Amino acid sequence: MNVMTKSAPLDVERIRNDFPILTQTIRGKKLVFLDSAASAQKPRAVIDAMVHAMETQYANVHRGLHWMSERTTEAYESTRDAVATLMNAGDRSEIVFTRNSTEALNLMAHSYGRGVLKRGQAVLISGMEHHSNIVPWQLLRDSHGIELRVAPITDAGELDMAAYEGLLEDGKVGLVAITHMSNVLGTVVPAERVVRIAHAHGAKVLFDGSQAIVHRKIDVRALDCDFYAWTGHKLYGPTGIGVLWGRRELLERMPPFLGGGDMISSVTYEQSTWAAVPHKFEAGTPPILEGIGLKAAIDYVHAIGYDAVAEHEASLTEHALARLAAGQGVRIIGQAQDRGGVISFAMEGAHAHDVATLLDRQGIAVRAGHHCAEPLMSRLNLDSTARASFGIYTTHAEIDPLADGLTRVREFFA
Amino acid sequence: MNRTASTTTDSFDDLRDLYQEVILDHGRHPRHARRLEDFTATAKGDNPMCGDRVQVWLKLDSDSISGVGFEERGCAISIASADLMAETVQGRAKSDTRALFEAFREMARTGSCPSCDAALSEPIERLAPLAGVHEYPSRVKCATLPWHALIAALDGAKEASSE
Repeated sequence: MNVMTKSAPLDVERIRNDFPILTQTIRGKKLVFLDSAASAQKPRAVIDAMVHAMETQYANVHRGLHWMSERTTEAYESTRDAVATLMNAGDRSEIVFTRNSTEALNLMAHSYGRGVLKRGQAVLISGMEHHSNIVPWQLLRDSHGIELRVAPITDAGELDMAAYEGLLEDGKVGLVAITHMSNVLGTVVPAERVVRIAHAHGAKVLFDGSQAIVHRKIDVRALDCDFYAWTGHKLYGPTGIGVLWGRRELLERMPPFLGGGDMISSVTYEQSTWAAVPHKFEAGTPPILEGIGLKAAIDYVHAIGYDAVAEHEASLTEHALARLAAGQGVRIIGQAQDRGGVISFAMEGAHAHDVATLLDRQGIAVRAGHHCAEPLMSRLNLDSTARASFGIYTTHAEIDPLADGLTRVREFFA
Repeated sequence: MNRTASTTTDSFDDLRDLYQEVILDHGRHPRHARRLEDFTATAKGDNPMCGDRVQVWLKLDSDSISGVGFEERGCAISIASADLMAETVQGRAKSDTRALFEAFREMARTGSCPSCDAALSEPIERLAPLAGVHEYPSRVKCATLPWHALIAALDGAKEASSE
């Protein structure tokens, strides 16, 4: 990573003061929250923005001719500008709001899959996808005659680039739909190379950036990808709002996803016509308050700066990998060279659920299970792992209780 | 206060409410974790939320269970629960076993079984170490999953229906 960061180092104590929940105690112990990859905690700025909107200016958007509606529309639509800036999108109309990443990926499978891809073409995913980037493509395969291909991963948990390229060689793949960062292994895929190779074989690229956008600056023009999906609640924003960015000319070729209000230009019983992008894909009353909250979250992350975020998390990850590796009986799952602040591990002689419950008894919140990635678990010959994941508020001092807690769990089961 | 004497035995006090010694013991060394060669009924159970999987084999006589075995891929709680279940229902009448399942499920969910009648007090007592799961809603299913598979096998079904 780039060590010549321009922004100031991240002041984790100041950040922690911005997150009211971090003062909570769990079972009499100070909360050590290491489950941000599932969903991140919310800063005061996000909470306040949503409450303020409800208390002072709330109304439906895009249709009222009154002051409240106009103010709320302005606030909601300003989120689209903030997202466009965040991702370095060329045009604010390329930002489609969805409910979450899952809905963005389903929108793609439904609309791009049925509307643009042709029978006999293929979609290529990787061997480390979340179920949300597997199942929509299976539904498409079964309903629309699209082949589903899976690019394997190496034993280290990295994308097998030679196999990936091999699967593109016959030119049948119309779309590569792939995670930018694994929610299980922490692996960051070489996104620019993935795109270059796909484009050379005539395929478009959709990234599932649910994890990546939390940890790194995403520049869709530098990546040169075609679509990028992510969700607000992992980026310190509220649940219920996600984003699909797509190149405008591609979005314009795609048929609508859901039908309803807000997505039309005109409606008669015989025929309806669609609103321009992005509204064509945004049927019904949108997640207004969630949009306003997401704007506050983006502003918050911007103020800290992605360089500082990435540096902080790289340092935490390095510390955690060293501490966990030093503990006996703990095996880190995935050894990718390029990785983010998500670490899965297995303990000899103890099931991941027991590990998680016993850490919880010590006030430490981790996730355990298959992490919605069952095919990856079979590839790794595991039923489940425990997973610790980090956010901007995670401290080095929280890694030590995790390592000590795991030592206690191992002794307890010995 | 006799702190020194208690330190070694109690250093895991904060971890023991759910993981009592009997659970650790049966979780680590289950006595009935085997496929029955002469089974007459079998059913699987799986918990899609966490990936736990169990298969229960029964040898059924006209109205009682004469043999129980299981294979479980799961956590210590689910293995211990399957093993204690096998131990408790072995030789028991089918109708008693169904009543015991209802009582056990109530205990796993609420921590006690006020509606249990006297006839169930002895077997429920044996299963009581698992009552601690009621404080961990996400773990209740770990304890009840093998029972669901058992009841499915009694019903002649191949798979337990999810709760």
